[in-house]
Amino acid sequence: MPRTGPGSAAKRTLVWLGVLFALLAILLGGGSLWSNASWVPKLALDLEGGTQMILAPEVQGGGEEITPEQLDQAVEIIRQRVDGSGVAEAEISTQSGQNVIVSLPGVPDAETRELIQASAQMEFRPVLMGGAGQAPAAETPTPEEELPTPTAEPTDASDPNWITAEVLQEFEATDCTSPEALAPATEPAPPDLPMVACDPGTQGKYILGPVEVMGTQIDSADYGMARGAQGQSLNQWVVNIQFDSEGSEKFREVTERLFAFQQGDPRNQFAIVLDGTIVSAPTTNVVIPDGRPQISGNFTEESAAALAEQLKYGALPISFEIQSEQQISATLGADQLRLGMIAGIIGLILVAVYSLFQYRMLGLLTISSLVVAGVLTYLAICILGWTENYRLSLAGVAGLIVAIGQTADSFIVYFERIRDELRDGRGLVSAVENGWRRAKRTVLASKAVNLLAAVVLYFVAVGNVRGFAFTLGLTAVADLIVVFLFTHPMLRLMAKTRFFGEGHRWSGLDPAKLGVLPFYRGAGRVRHRPVEKLEEDDPRGRKSAAAGEAQRRQTIAERRLAQQEAEQQKAMAARGQGSKEEDNS
Amino acid sequence: MSRFSFSNFGNELYSGKRSYGFVEKRKLWFLIAGAAVLLSLLIPVVKGGFNLGIDFRGGSEFTVSNVQDTDITAGEQAVTNVVPEAVPRVTNIAPQTMRVQTERLSDDETLSVRDALIGAYDVTAEDVTSNFVGPTWGEDVSRQAIVGLIVFVALAAVLMAFYFRTWKMSVAAMTALVVVMIVTAGIYSLSDFEVTPSAVIGFLTILSYSLYDTVVVFDKVRENTADLDVSTKRTFGEQVNLAVNQTLVRSINTSVVAVLPVASILFIGALLLGAGTLRDLSLALFVGIIMGTLTTVFVAAPMYAMLRMNEPEIKKQEKRVLHRRSLEESGQEVPAGS
Repeated sequence: MPRTGPGSAAKRTLVWLGVLFALLAILLGGGSLWSNASWVPKLALDLEGGTQMILAPEVQGGGEEITPEQLDQAVEIIRQRVDGSGVAEAEISTQSGQNVIVSLPGVPDAETRELIQASAQMEFRPVLMGGAGQAPAAETPTPEEELPTPTAEPTDASDPNWITAEVLQEFEATDCTSPEALAPATEPAPPDLPMVACDPGTQGKYILGPVEVMGTQIDSADYGMARGAQGQSLNQWVVNIQFDSEGSEKFREVTERLFAFQQGDPRNQFAIVLDGTIVSAPTTNVVIPDGRPQISGNFTEESAAALAEQLKYGALPISFEIQSEQQISATLGADQLRLGMIAGIIGLILVAVYSLFQYRMLGLLTISSLVVAGVLTYLAICILGWTENYRLSLAGVAGLIVAIGQTADSFIVYFERIRDELRDGRGLVSAVENGWRRAKRTVLASKAVNLLAAVVLYFVAVGNVRGFAFTLGLTAVADLIVVFLFTHPMLRLMAKTRFFGEGHRWSGLDPAKLGVLPFYRGAGRVRHRPVEKLEEDDPRGRKSAAAGEAQRRQTIAERRLAQQEAEQQKAMAARGQGSKEEDNS
Repeated sequence: MSRFSFSNFGNELYSGKRSYGFVEKRKLWFLIAGAAVLLSLLIPVVKGGFNLGIDFRGGSEFTVSNVQDTDITAGEQAVTNVVPEAVPRVTNIAPQTMRVQTERLSDDETLSVRDALIGAYDVTAEDVTSNFVGPTWGEDVSRQAIVGLIVFVALAAVLMAFYFRTWKMSVAAMTALVVVMIVTAGIYSLSDFEVTPSAVIGFLTILSYSLYDTVVVFDKVRENTADLDVSTKRTFGEQVNLAVNQTLVRSINTSVVAVLPVASILFIGALLLGAGTLRDLSLALFVGIIMGTLTTVFVAAPMYAMLRMNEPEIKKQEKRVLHRRSLEESGQEVPAGS
């Protein structure tokens, strides 16, 4: 074997393919050892079983469009609610900028479902009792006789007469250290009654009066550095709220009343409540006449930003309408996966049988190339499952099975080009090189169409279509890698073997079968000559092969002669083929 | 006895000894394609529209697996016990599998019906799949699909025009594509399978497959017609026809290889799984792959030849070819072959 030339170049290419495989395997192996990667692809809900809800957000009371920021905020709220309800492995994502997809393993209970659908309610309520410094855990209940009895109907939202015996008992029984108490409320508390609420940030426990201002009355909210009287920065993060006119009026009344209570009295505080839990419970340091309160405290930039976001969201309560809800039983999913795999295996076997029938031993190269492409795709899906959380859906499995045909086509195009070159009288080694040059163009152009389709579908389409488009694109890339790094170099090496190089009748590249006369001497005898040499020695074979290029440089007379010659040759070849067929039967 | 051999078939096609008149008889092929398109447009009209699946109608659907007693009335009663005014459609879609479809139920009703079905068919909660679809979901899917279709077709047309340096190939390929889409939709309608998002996926894949197949054949056409201006051996139409004949073995092999796995999904899906993603998708693909291959050779290539035949350069070359032939016929004897 020479040190240079197609042979060693082919070997180098194969080594690169080996390196690629090794890298992918090491990546996945390392991921499964030190991270949460797995050697088995992650399955989507339709194969694994579970619930998928597609929710369309609706702005309450208005036909306003949802902006991407609002949608992201909505996803964040749903995520908090679902995580809070203790469902593990929930996945929440947006779809084409308008819908929210919630995927949950198993079947969610009615409570979880309602929780997901409910609109977020933000309210401002005055504090009646409790606070951050108080014991958050459940307390020993106050004896019956000491329970408060309201002396009169409450006159305003800060009136202690709101605290009835039941409210106090609920307050004492609530444990603000337990996750259940901190979970978002399924149903909003009645706005005209007091409620017990926890502050997850400080583990404070409060009794709150009725709602005074609604979150919808916020115009906007932002955060920034506090400014002193002279406009200098105080190096302290604050959150600014801007109420609308109605909200401003109400908030002025509230702060007037609350400011009258002394600092240290819990009733000096008001609480911003979102989904039944307290987001913030600031004290009232000043009467706010213009509807532009500023909340200061021990904010970091992040916590100030987070609060401002929540306040903005409060200004826009979004509820969700279920567009579609699918609860897939694990049985059905497993059935579909099993049958899908069986169908894929049967399909592969049929393809293998057909390839062997059509291409004899060369068909083995098709099969091994498909196997290499399959392993490559499998590794890619596992790695993407780990890094991108890609999940294989039934549509994805279908995409993989469909890809078998399109991948095999690359080899078919290539093999047919090689056969065409052989028919032109070339030797196998140069037929492989020439056929490859032509096939490469076709394969690249056609795979570009496939990739284009996959990319467009992926970015435009929704739901299931995406998974399908993704596998289609993935297999197109795998196919290109395999054709360039496996099939072609393998064929180059195979062309050098005696079996293929001399065109054994089972090789699939038998020149006699391909109608090339000069090698054929009738009655099943094949003249064996070094193929490489034949190419150089035989001017006739060469002339017809390079006819296209040579034609251009010929004079008209020469061209006519060459054409006649070529046609004669072909006619002879055809006749020779005919006689051979008779011999065989 | 002369045995049919694929390699011999390929040899004859390659040399031009055996040749099918894809370009020559184009009027016949166009007529057949036109008739198929017309028929495919009529089928849904006669049948009163497509059999739209639940994703497009909106409603609730339950699939119960592992059913021992596939009694239809048991399912109907289970539904009407919970929602008396409902009109359930209960079908035994596959061995041991029942499907129950109703109009759109509320969340609570869906859960209750689910429980009732578990009792009625004596299965566990694991075996019941429920699907509740709002009426706009299918519209969303199809609108996005149509957007995807238009974007893809436009981009693919530009890509092809750029690669082949002629927009006529794009036009021919798109014409073939339209035939594929309409005929596949017609046959899908004829099958009475429900139109589901999976079927839509199938249609979109056919787009890609059909163009893919056309590009492969057109690349050979490009190769064969590249030095047409200096050759007097064949006319443009004959060169296109030769290219199609020369890639015919490839077309047959590829469509067989592509159809085999799809057919295996189709039959396994239809026989064992009943209605569902696999069956709907594979029917669209099965028809589409066959149609894609057929339209490439019978519609796209002859259409391309026809579109270019009247170009002055092509006409001039054709005259030269005919002139050479008449010279040869009157002069020396030329062996048959061209």
